[in-house]
Amino acid sequence: MLTVKDLHASVEEKEILKGINLQVNPGEVHAIMGPNGSGKSTLSTVIAGHEDYEVENGSINFDGEDLAELDAEERAHKGIFLSFQYPVEIPGVTVTNFIKTAINASRKAQGLEDMPANEMLKKIREKAALLEIDSKFLSRSLNEGFSGGEKKRNEIFQMAMLEPKLAILDETDSGLDIDALKIVANGVNKLKSKDNAVVVITHYQRLLDYIVPDFVHVLYNGRIVKSGTKELAHELEAKGYDWIKQEHA
Amino acid sequence: MTGLNKSTHSMELKEKLLSSFMVMEQDVDLAAPVHDLRTESLKTFEQLGFPTKKEEAWKYTSLAKLLKKDYSVFPKKETTLELKDVKKYFLYEIDSYKVVFIDGVYSPFLSDTTHDGIDVCLLSAALDKPKYKAVIDKYFNQVAKKDDSLTALNTSFAREGAYIYIPKSVVAEKPIQIIHFSTGEQGDFMLQPRSLVVAEENAQVQIIERHQSLSAHAVLTNAVTEIFAEQNAIIDYYKIQNDRDDASLVDNTYISQQRDSNVKVHTFSFGGQLTRNNLNFYQEGEHIDSTMKGITIIEDQQHVDHYTLVNHAQPNCESHQDYKGIYAGKAVGVFNGKIYVDQIAQKTNAFQQNNNILLDDKATINTKPQLEIFADDVKCSHGCTIGQLDEDALFYLRSRGIPKKEAKGLLTYAFANNVLESVAIPALKTRINKLIANKLGVDLGHDL
Ligand SMILES: Nc1ncnc2c1ncn2[C@@H]1O[C@H](COP(=O)(O)OP(=O)(O)OP(=O)(O)O)[C@@H](O)[C@H]1O
Ligand SMILES: [Mg+2]
Repeated sequence: MLTVKDLHASVEEKEILKGINLQVNPGEVHAIMGPNGSGKSTLSTVIAGHEDYEVENGSINFDGEDLAELDAEERAHKGIFLSFQYPVEIPGVTVTNFIKTAINASRKAQGLEDMPANEMLKKIREKAALLEIDSKFLSRSLNEGFSGGEKKRNEIFQMAMLEPKLAILDETDSGLDIDALKIVANGVNKLKSKDNAVVVITHYQRLLDYIVPDFVHVLYNGRIVKSGTKELAHELEAKGYDWIKQEHA
Repeated sequence: MTGLNKSTHSMELKEKLLSSFMVMEQDVDLAAPVHDLRTESLKTFEQLGFPTKKEEAWKYTSLAKLLKKDYSVFPKKETTLELKDVKKYFLYEIDSYKVVFIDGVYSPFLSDTTHDGIDVCLLSAALDKPKYKAVIDKYFNQVAKKDDSLTALNTSFAREGAYIYIPKSVVAEKPIQIIHFSTGEQGDFMLQPRSLVVAEENAQVQIIERHQSLSAHAVLTNAVTEIFAEQNAIIDYYKIQNDRDDASLVDNTYISQQRDSNVKVHTFSFGGQLTRNNLNFYQEGEHIDSTMKGITIIEDQQHVDHYTLVNHAQPNCESHQDYKGIYAGKAVGVFNGKIYVDQIAQKTNAFQQNNNILLDDKATINTKPQLEIFADDVKCSHGCTIGQLDEDALFYLRSRGIPKKEAKGLLTYAFANNVLESVAIPALKTRINKLIANKLGVDLGHDL
C-alpha cells in the first residue's frame, strides 16, 4: 500500500530525513518511535504532502502511484489521512462544517454528488457516539480553545468520518488521559480492517497496549535504524533510546 | 477636455458646483430656515475646495482622478425603475419601510414611507414643512462638521435624503431601508444625499443604507448622514457598499449620542471604485456605548478608506471598533482610527482592532491608530495586524481533502465572518454571509 524508498527530505535547506525505507501493507499496524527531533513528524508531513518540505531524493508510492506530483488534497482523496501532532485552530469554521466540506470535497474528486444531508447527519452522530463526543462540541470552532485531549479526539473523529486507507497518527496519545486513550484506541480499532493500514507515532508503550502493532520501527536522526515486532516497543520503554543513540553515534 | 491638468479639472467641478448652486437657489424657498446655512456652507466649500493628498486626513486617498469627470449635478430627466429589475438590491425577505431615490429624486413607487407613530419620509418635506421645524431647528446640521469641505458642500446642496424620526419610547417595528439608485440616464453624475435620523429618548430603530449604481457611468456620491441618539436610545445602522466599479462614494456620517444610548454602525465594503467612510461618533453623556464594525473585501484597483473618530467627551463610556479587511489584486485599503479621550472622560474603555489579510503581493493596506488621550484612568486597547493566510491552517484543511482554492476561501471567510455576530437582523446577516461567500468563492451549499 505504502512504499517509501530512500526518502531524503529537507526543510529550509536543512536535511531532516536521510534515507527512509518503509513498507506498509493493507491490514497492518506499524508503530514508529524515536527520540524527540528525530524526524517522525517530518516523515508524516512529507507523506501527507506539505509543500514546504522538499523531497531531495527517493520516492513515496501509494497504491502503485508515485505521490511526488500530488498535492496534499489529492493525497487525501486517495485515502491518506494524517492525525496531527499539533492540530491547527481554525476560528470561524465549525467542526461540523469543516468535516462536511472535507467529505464533499473528496466525493467531488471521485465524481460523486454531495452526501445527502440526512446521511451526513447520521454519520456524524454515529461517529461522534463512537468517540463519545458531545454534540455541542461539533458546533464549536475547529480546535479553537479545545484542550489537548479534545483536539486529539477530534482528529480521530475526522478519521472516522473520512475512512482513510492509510491513517498516520502522530502522537495521538499525548494529552489523553487513560479513559480518553481507551476511547480513542477503541475508535481506531473499530475502523481497522484488512484493507486499511495504520501508522502510529508514539513515545509510549501505553498506546500500543490498545492498538497492537505488527511492526515497530525506531527513527533516529532521519533514518529508520531498527525495526522489529511489538517486543521492540517494550524494550524501548524499559531501556530508553541511549543504547540506540550509541549504536548510531 | 484632454490637455488640461488635474487641478484645472477639479477647479472645473468646483466652478460648476458653485454656479449650480445659483441655479438651485432659484428653485428653492429663500425664506426656508436652511437657506442661510446653505449659503454659508457654500462659502466654506469655496474657501477649502476639494481635499487633496496634502492634507494628513487624505494622505492615502486621492480624489483627483474622480474629480476629472464632467458630472451632471442635477438630473436632466426623471427616470423610473421597475421593481423586478432592482429587487435584488433590497432586503426583500423581510417587511421594511423603504425610502428610495432614483438619481437623487424620491421614488414614491419604490418607497414605503410612514407617518404612523414614527416619521419615515423625505428630508425635503421635513425641511419645507412647518410641522417639522422644531426638529430641524434642533438637529439639522448640528453634529455635521462645519469646517469639513465635503460636508459643507453637501450642506450647501442639502435637499433630498431620508428623514427618520422615532419619538420617545417608540420602537420602530421593522427596519428601514434607504437606497440611492443611480441609473446612468444622467450621464456621469454627482449625487449629494443628505439624511437625518433622530431617535428620541428610549427609542429604537434599525436602518440599512445602500448606494447602488445600475449602469456603466461614473457616479460620485458625497453623502452626509446625521444621527442623533437621545438618552437610552438604541440605533443599529448598516451600510452596504457593494457598488459597481465606476461608482465612488464619500460617506460622511456624524453621530451624536446622549447618556445611556447605544449606537452600532456596521459597514460592509465589497465594491465600488473608491469608497471613503468618514465615520464620526460624538459621545455627549455618560455610559454610552458606541460600536463600529466593518468588513472590507476588495480586489482589482478598488480602494476603501475607513476614517473613524470616536470623541469620548464624558466619563464611563465605551467604544468598540473591529474592522476586518481582505485585499486582493491591486486593491488598496486604508484604516485610520482616531480615538480622542477628553481629560474629564475618566473610566473610558476604548477598544480598536483592525486586522487585514493581503491575498496578493500588489495589494496594500495602510493602517494607523491615532490615540489622543488626556484622561488618566482609561482602558484603551488597539491593535492592527497585516498578514497572509496561515500556512499551517491551509495545510491542515488541504490534508483533509479540501482543495487549495476552497481552503483559502474558507479561511478568509472565517477570518471575516465573526464581525457578523453583532448583526441584529437575521435576514441581513444571511445576505451578507452569502455576499462574503460569493466574493471569496466559498460554497455555502451546506450553510456554513
Ligand atoms: N519547518 C521546519 N523548519 C525548521 N526545522 C524544522 C521544521 N520542521 C521540523 N524541523 C526540524 O526537524 C527536526 C525533526 O523534527 P520532527 O518534528 O520531525 O521531529 P519528531 O521526531 O516528530 O520529534 P517529536 O518527538 O518532538 O515530535 C527537528 O530538529 C526540527 O527542529
Ligand atoms: Mg513529532
